[in-house]
Amino acid sequence: MEFFILSLLNGLSYGLLLFMLSSGLTLIFSMMGVLNFAHASFYMLGAYVGYSVSLYVGFWPALFIAPLIVGTMGAAFERFCLRRVHRYGHVAELLITFGLSYVVLELVQLVWGRIAVQFPPPDALRGPAITLINDSRHGLSVLWGAAPPALCTTSEALVRIVCSPFPATRGFMMLVALVMLLGVWLLLTRSRIGLVIQSALTHPEAVEALGHNVPRIFMLVFGAGAALAGLAGVIGGSTFLTEPAMAATVGSVIFVVVVVGGMGSLAGAFLASLLIGVVQTFAVAFDFSMASLARLAGVELSSNSLFNLTLSQVAPILPYLFLVLILIFRPKGLLGTRED
Amino acid sequence: MENNIANKPRNALRWLPWGLFAALLLAAPSVFSSGLGISVLSQIGIAIIACLSYNMLMGQGGMLSFGHAVYSGLGAYVAMHALNAASSGAVPVPVSLIPLVGGLAGMGFAVLLGYVTTRKSGTTFAMITLGMGELVFSMSLMVPEFFGGESGVSGNRVVGNAVMGISFGPAIQVYYLIAIYTFASVVLMYAFTQTPLGRMLNAVRDNPERVTFIGYDTQRVRYIAFVIAGFFAGISGGLAALNFEIVTAEVLGAGRSAGYLLFTFLGGSTYFFGPILGAVLMVLALVLFSEFTKAWLLYLGLIFMLMVMYAPGGIASLIMVNARVASHGKLKPLLGTYGLLALFLLLALLGASALIEMVYRLQLSASEGDVMRYMGLTLNVHSLQSWATAGSCMVVGFALFEWVRRRFVHQWKEVQTAIEVRGHSGETL
Repeated sequence: MEFFILSLLNGLSYGLLLFMLSSGLTLIFSMMGVLNFAHASFYMLGAYVGYSVSLYVGFWPALFIAPLIVGTMGAAFERFCLRRVHRYGHVAELLITFGLSYVVLELVQLVWGRIAVQFPPPDALRGPAITLINDSRHGLSVLWGAAPPALCTTSEALVRIVCSPFPATRGFMMLVALVMLLGVWLLLTRSRIGLVIQSALTHPEAVEALGHNVPRIFMLVFGAGAALAGLAGVIGGSTFLTEPAMAATVGSVIFVVVVVGGMGSLAGAFLASLLIGVVQTFAVAFDFSMASLARLAGVELSSNSLFNLTLSQVAPILPYLFLVLILIFRPKGLLGTRED
Repeated sequence: MENNIANKPRNALRWLPWGLFAALLLAAPSVFSSGLGISVLSQIGIAIIACLSYNMLMGQGGMLSFGHAVYSGLGAYVAMHALNAASSGAVPVPVSLIPLVGGLAGMGFAVLLGYVTTRKSGTTFAMITLGMGELVFSMSLMVPEFFGGESGVSGNRVVGNAVMGISFGPAIQVYYLIAIYTFASVVLMYAFTQTPLGRMLNAVRDNPERVTFIGYDTQRVRYIAFVIAGFFAGISGGLAALNFEIVTAEVLGAGRSAGYLLFTFLGGSTYFFGPILGAVLMVLALVLFSEFTKAWLLYLGLIFMLMVMYAPGGIASLIMVNARVASHGKLKPLLGTYGLLALFLLLALLGASALIEMVYRLQLSASEGDVMRYMGLTLNVHSLQSWATAGSCMVVGFALFEWVRRRFVHQWKEVQTAIEVRGHSGETL
């Protein structure tokens, strides 16, 4: 039971991290029609800039400063590169972000080196946020923070106690993602600039005719998307690893999220992020293979490695399998409205 | 009557590029006869087929694929298994037909995977191909029986006795096999652009809605084109398997797919011959340039971004635009400005690349010492003088370049207007 709850929590926190990335990607896509290939690069930049800033001022200020810096970079890229190729169409826009992802990867290696940097979470986030205690006498209980060792050990031979901690960094990740979700939602639906953004989504000419500077709104949205990716980067980088490969590991998964959720649908991206996060986390924890399942059913399969692959081994390809299935059975995506 | 007479030299002219291309393929090994030369030429032939098949999707069909290496790579694997089966005598396949086996395999996988991939067009297509590429690449590490795990699958291309002295042992014999396949594939792919299907593909790229109204199924057109592109990609994979005698999982990777995209675009996707230029550049960059500098991916990314911003038609379009100016006899006054532009750009690039190389030395290979040789210059990464010289070289170069460029833009517009005016007056006559 505690295994199930912990896996669910881990899956949800990973899914929320994916959502922090895919929300920016979706916003930029639905607004400008630009598929930002460099989105994961901004995530990586967020982690590295956060690391460098935290060396001088500590983690908490870096959590705010790094997204600002990354957002400024994103806005500058939009202003000086992306806007220039806008007239050549969407393919050129996609290609220039693709080129940017190459350049960012090389620059990051140039500035910070090819191996991972040490970017630990702050002291406040070390240790568990909650601990699940499964006592064979009293059942399951939840404790805030770390459990004292006395609670987790017993002298009685028949009593079994298992303490499972849930890391605070992951809890913090969930918290930030939810706050961010709320903030973006409020900004888009309840503020004046949000209304302008929403109308610029569908009727850019009309909004321009009303006197709003649509190219500047585009620049702001792109910068904001990059900043969100940067924020996710600071948190993701300190929770997982800050290394040059980190952009590639999430890069293609967030594309899957956006297609599965439905192109341009923020709610779809949310649903798909959680789904993929949870599915992938659970898959890693299981050791079933086709051969072992068949053995349970009394059939002995050949020793072909395809049958002996465990679920945890195929976990990395599950998102892509999911993508294929969605495309066959629901090409619009989970909550999408666009046909192509 | 007059028309026929006027067309006659034009028809002869039509065969000229093909004759030249064939002569080039035949004669190239006698010019670059070293081992490295033959190897580079063979790789160029393979890359030409791959990039042209990629451009069938990107340039002609408007399908931006990020997973084209899946088809060339799987073709290479199947070809390698076919070669091994032929060596063991299990399947009587002559070595010269092994690339065709690769082609059929690439086609088969394109039939299978392309059905899902081509359901969408545009941006979504790009993301799906990316996902497919990741899927197949991850699979390759999971099924070592077929993909050979980390070490890959290797084989021996010398099978049985030599027929008419051809055993495919020496590299030069493989080169000529590759050259024959390259020539045939290029002719076939060019012929494809002239077929009704090829034209329909262009229409699907430009205006899918209208194509649907005429009564064509755009998804079907994309699917068929995808399958044909998969066939030629598979041929290039099969040739690569014969050439290297080993296939590793890297041939399926995202890096390989991205390479096809980058260099096809750099060569120019709007003209048929653009990807051929791109393929030559790709091999030169991968084999020679990457030996020359560690920062080559950075340069590649920067060049690519600049090309997307300033010359989205690639090198081919730059050539064609200037050919148009030359055909109107207006190129001569521009040549001087071109010379100046090139000179200042070289100066700026020398400075910029010296800076980049010094940063690389400092950050990534500091163990090799402070002093480095670069382009005949001796630079010391810890002396202010080296940095200042390189920096000022770059700044001055770019300033002069920008100054000439502004004049050039002005001059260019004048020339274009002159050509336009003449073109219009010619039409009215």
